[in-house]
Amino acid sequence: MRELDVARVTEAVATLAVEACTYLGDDLMAFFQKAAEREESETGKDILAQLLENAKLARDTNMPLCQDTGLAVVFLEIGQDVHLVGGDLEAAVNEGVRRGYTDGYLRKSAVADPIGARVNTGDNTPAMLHTRIVPGDKVRVIVAPKGGGAENMSAIGMLKPSQGRQGAIDFIVDTVAKAGPNPCPPIIVGVGLGGTFEKAAYMAKHSLLREVGSTNPDPRLAELEDEIERRCNALGIGPAGLGGITTVIDVFVEELPAHIASMPVAVNVQCHSARHKEVVL
Amino acid sequence: MDGDKIVGGESTGGAGGREIRIVTPLTDEVIESLHAGDRLLITGIVYTGRDAAHKRLIALVDEGEPLPIDVRGQIIYFVGPTPAKPGEVIGSAGPTTSGRMDAYSPKLLDLGLKGMIGKGSRNEAVKEALKRNKAVYLGATGGAGALLSRRIIASKVVAYEDLGPEAIRELEVKDFPVVVINDMYGGDLYVEGRKKYERKVGP
Repeated sequence: MRELDVARVTEAVATLAVEACTYLGDDLMAFFQKAAEREESETGKDILAQLLENAKLARDTNMPLCQDTGLAVVFLEIGQDVHLVGGDLEAAVNEGVRRGYTDGYLRKSAVADPIGARVNTGDNTPAMLHTRIVPGDKVRVIVAPKGGGAENMSAIGMLKPSQGRQGAIDFIVDTVAKAGPNPCPPIIVGVGLGGTFEKAAYMAKHSLLREVGSTNPDPRLAELEDEIERRCNALGIGPAGLGGITTVIDVFVEELPAHIASMPVAVNVQCHSARHKEVVL
Repeated sequence: MDGDKIVGGESTGGAGGREIRIVTPLTDEVIESLHAGDRLLITGIVYTGRDAAHKRLIALVDEGEPLPIDVRGQIIYFVGPTPAKPGEVIGSAGPTTSGRMDAYSPKLLDLGLKGMIGKGSRNEAVKEALKRNKAVYLGATGGAGALLSRRIIASKVVAYEDLGPEAIRELEVKDFPVVVINDMYGGDLYVEGRKKYERKVGP
C-alpha cells in the first residue's frame, strides 16, 4: 500500500489557495474575450474588458483577483490504496489553509459564532472539506475559494415532483433573476438535481469545478443546461448587473435519483471570479 | 455623448454615459448634477466600512455617542481589502455586496453621508434616504479588486483595527472609477439597464 505523508497535502492546499486566488483559468479568460465581442451593451463590453484586464493584472502582479478570497472549499479524492501517514488529515488541510491565507496575503473571511459575536478566526480556517474515497493510489486535491456575495444568492428548493422539469427550470431562473446584480454577474450557475437535501447542495457546488464551455456528456442534461442558459441570458441583467445579454457564463448540472416523494433542486451561484486549482499527489 | 461641465466637477467626455471628475467631500450642488448612468472618477478621501464596522457605528448613533469619523459630505466604500504585501499601498480592493448595509445606511445618510460605493441593489429605505438627504449610491466593478487597487494611493486604519479586513480605513483615491446607480431623483441604473436588455423567451 502506498504511503503518503499528510504534510504533502498541507503543502498542496497552501500553494493551490494562493494560485487559485491570483491566477484565473484560461477558460474564463477566453470567455471574457469572446463575451466582450458579442455583448450588445457598450457598458457591458466595458465591464468584460475590465474583468479581462483585472485577471491579467492579477496574474502579472500576484495580487488576488478579488478582495474576497473566500472560504476555502477543499475537495479531496483519496485513492483507496493510499495510506495517509504523519498526522490528522483534517488538521493537515486546515494547516494548509492557514499557511496559504497568511503567507499568501489572502483575506481571512471566516467568523466563528455566525449568529452571534461573529469573531474572525484569524487564519481563514476551518476549511470547508469534502472527502471522497475513490479507486487507485493517488490523492487529488482541489482548492476552490468561494466568495460570500455569490454564495449568499444561492438557494435550494425541495420542490414537488408534480412541478416537473419546467418547475425546476423556473426555480433556477428565478434564483438568478432575484440575485440580479448582487453576485457579480456574469455568473456560473451550478445545479444539483435530485438526491437528498445535502446531496443536492453538494452536487451544485461540485459542478462548479467543470471547465467553462465544456459540454455535459449526458445529452439530456446538456440540453437542459442550454435551455437554462438561454432563459437566464434573456433576463437582461448583464455584466455587473448594468444591463446586457451576458448574465451567465455557463450552467453546470449534476444529477442523482431522488426519493419518490421529493424533487430537490439546488442552485449554487458562482461569481465570475470562478477560482479552482488542483493537483494530484 | 460629451459631458457637460458641472459645478465641482470636470467632465472628461467619453463613450457611453457622461464621464465626470469629482472631488471629495461632496456638496449638494455636485449631488444635484449627478444622474443614474453617469460615470465618475473620484479623487480625494473615501472611508471604508462594511458589515461589522457599520454595526458598531449604528450602535453609537443609537446611543447618541460621537462617531470615530465625521461622515458629513463623505463617501463610504463598502470594501474589505486583502492585506497589503510589503511595498504595496493596499491589497485587492473591490466592492462588496451593498444590500447587507441597507439596515444601517439610512441613519448615516441622515447624519450627512453623501455617497456610498458598493455593488448590488439597495432597498427602498436607502433609496428614500438618498432623496431625502441629497446623496448618491455608486457602483464599482465587483471582482475587479486588483484593477481598482491601482487607483488607491494611500491607506490608513482610522478606527476598529481589531476588525482586521473590516476596520475603517481612510483611503486616498485618484480617479477611482464608479458609475451612478441610484441618484437623488429616484433613478436606478440596475432597473433601467436590465429593462433595456430583457427579452421574452419561450420555454
